Amino acid sequence: MSISYTILVTIIALLILFLCLSWVFVSIKVANKEQKEETAERRYFLYTASYALGAVAVGAAAWPLIDQMNPDASVKALATTEVDISSIGLGKTITVLWRGKPIFIRRRTQEEISEAQNVNLNELKDPQKDEDRVKKSEWLVMTGVCTHLGCVPLGNKGDFGGWFCPCHGSHYDTSGRIRKGPAPTNLEIPKYEFVDNNTIKIG
Amino acid sequence: MSEEKYIPKSKLGQWFDSRLPLLSLAHHLRDYPTPKNLNYWWTFGAILTFCLIAQIITGIVLAMHYVAHADLAFESVEHIMRDVNYGWLIRYFHANGSSMFFLAVYVHIFRGLYYGSYKSPREMIWIIGMLIYILMMATAFMGYVLPWGQMSFWAATVITSLFSAIPIVGDSIVGWLWGGYAVGSPTLTRFYSLHYLLPFLIFALVVLHIWALHIPGNTNPVGIDIKQPSKDTVPFSPYVAVKDLYALIIFLIITAGFVFFAPNILSHPDNYIKANQMVTPTHIVPEWYLLPFYAILRAVPDKLGGVVVMFASLFILMFLPWLDTSKVRSAVFRPLYKIFFWVLVIDVIVLGYMGAKPPEGLYLLIGRAATIYYFAHFILVMPILGFKEKTTPLPISISDPVLDSDTKTTNYR
Repeated sequence: MSISYTILVTIIALLILFLCLSWVFVSIKVANKEQKEETAERRYFLYTASYALGAVAVGAAAWPLIDQMNPDASVKALATTEVDISSIGLGKTITVLWRGKPIFIRRRTQEEISEAQNVNLNELKDPQKDEDRVKKSEWLVMTGVCTHLGCVPLGNKGDFGGWFCPCHGSHYDTSGRIRKGPAPTNLEIPKYEFVDNNTIKIG
Repeated sequence: MSEEKYIPKSKLGQWFDSRLPLLSLAHHLRDYPTPKNLNYWWTFGAILTFCLIAQIITGIVLAMHYVAHADLAFESVEHIMRDVNYGWLIRYFHANGSSMFFLAVYVHIFRGLYYGSYKSPREMIWIIGMLIYILMMATAFMGYVLPWGQMSFWAATVITSLFSAIPIVGDSIVGWLWGGYAVGSPTLTRFYSLHYLLPFLIFALVVLHIWALHIPGNTNPVGIDIKQPSKDTVPFSPYVAVKDLYALIIFLIITAGFVFFAPNILSHPDNYIKANQMVTPTHIVPEWYLLPFYAILRAVPDKLGGVVVMFASLFILMFLPWLDTSKVRSAVFRPLYKIFFWVLVIDVIVLGYMGAKPPEGLYLLIGRAATIYYFAHFILVMPILGFKEKTTPLPISISDPVLDSDTKTTNYR
């Protein structure tokens, strides 16, 4: 990233130098009162080129000041978390932190699973099969962040036996799908895999 | 502006003033002709100037003790409260001062609405004022995040997540605002930086606001144009200055009441719990001064729609000078508008109340009705009223209705 940025800035600087020389050249011509028509046209071109290049230069100068606010290298480095799930009882949920966000890991009961699987997809705001949301139907792993405005939904609450967000009243079902309220989409499924029967790697 | 050119008496003064006319400016501010019938609703401009300066001074002092880091911020605020000499006083004054600041700005805005202060030729004053108001909300929001309690953290999460409603680029913008995958230390440090910066931008806008005011001069409760200076005006100092000072002292007594006797009544107990990204408090609400907009956000059952309507409710105010078609400025002479004005005041209070309640059942329905009325007031009532309303006759001058008891405009304030 730093190399390409250096090259970009160098090219812009060279172009600006070239443009300055062109201005000097045209100014000399005007001073000598030669070829009036032609220089007018050249100057018009130079104005446009100057503004365009100026805009590019301002953009290139502003970009580092904007990009510094994006997630930095140390934040990005915290990419994966391994979780031991052997102690989670049936019908229990644990919450772990991954990238500063809570991740729900729920060991679902048979009723919850069948309830999630038997929903008519036409009833859903964001239609998705339960099978597409889990790797093993007993284990539901999802980001515990309401897709509305980012609150953490409460478990075993709401009209659909799943989660309920206290902030603005979104109801999620036993598969974490949005059923009622302002949230636009289902609770997100993070990238994860089963390392073995007792361990999940998130990220 | 005073007509005659000011020349300092002393030679030194003349030397200085011809190079940098600060003395002329001071003279202008002292002799600035103001309508002689300004009532106490007009004192809030001075009160607000005081509020801004007080917030800047207490804020700079607090910044000497505060630490902007997710692990240390909460403790550093407690350190200010317990260890720093008079830290409790300075912080309580800063926190309650922001509420009083908003109280004053709401009175100031509604004063403008009642007396038609936004109408030609004062549109620029109004628009700059609205920009100040928006910056104030941004500043207050970021300041609220700094103590890093539960309310701070979740307010930051919810408000920044508003931007995720933007199609396609929404999530990248939110990540950019956070500097991570959730609200965290990078978010806190940038909010601290901006919370320190924005008050100075507000200060610059206040200078423009007052500058723009001093071109046409103050409007007045009767709302008629007056010659300046004339027998309808008095110099700012001492007449208006003393009146402003009197009002400011009353205002400060109320502020002191909050600071000394009920310093936490306007905030939420949950903010004395350190931020925890695993648990959202069961009932999160913004500070009282943002509640009407929060109610509007929740009134719309669609994420993007809610955000758009909420911002629209704010920006529609900027177009007020052109939405109001009435030639008459003051509501004193507009019998119908006067009623609609108070309906709007009640509507905004109702919205604020609904914003504090959970978004369910009746609360949600009332919130929706109040939102629709809010927009109807600006889009329908104001333009139509200007054409339909039969206004009462305007007096010839400010002195006229007071001196001549036979005029019909006896009901004037």
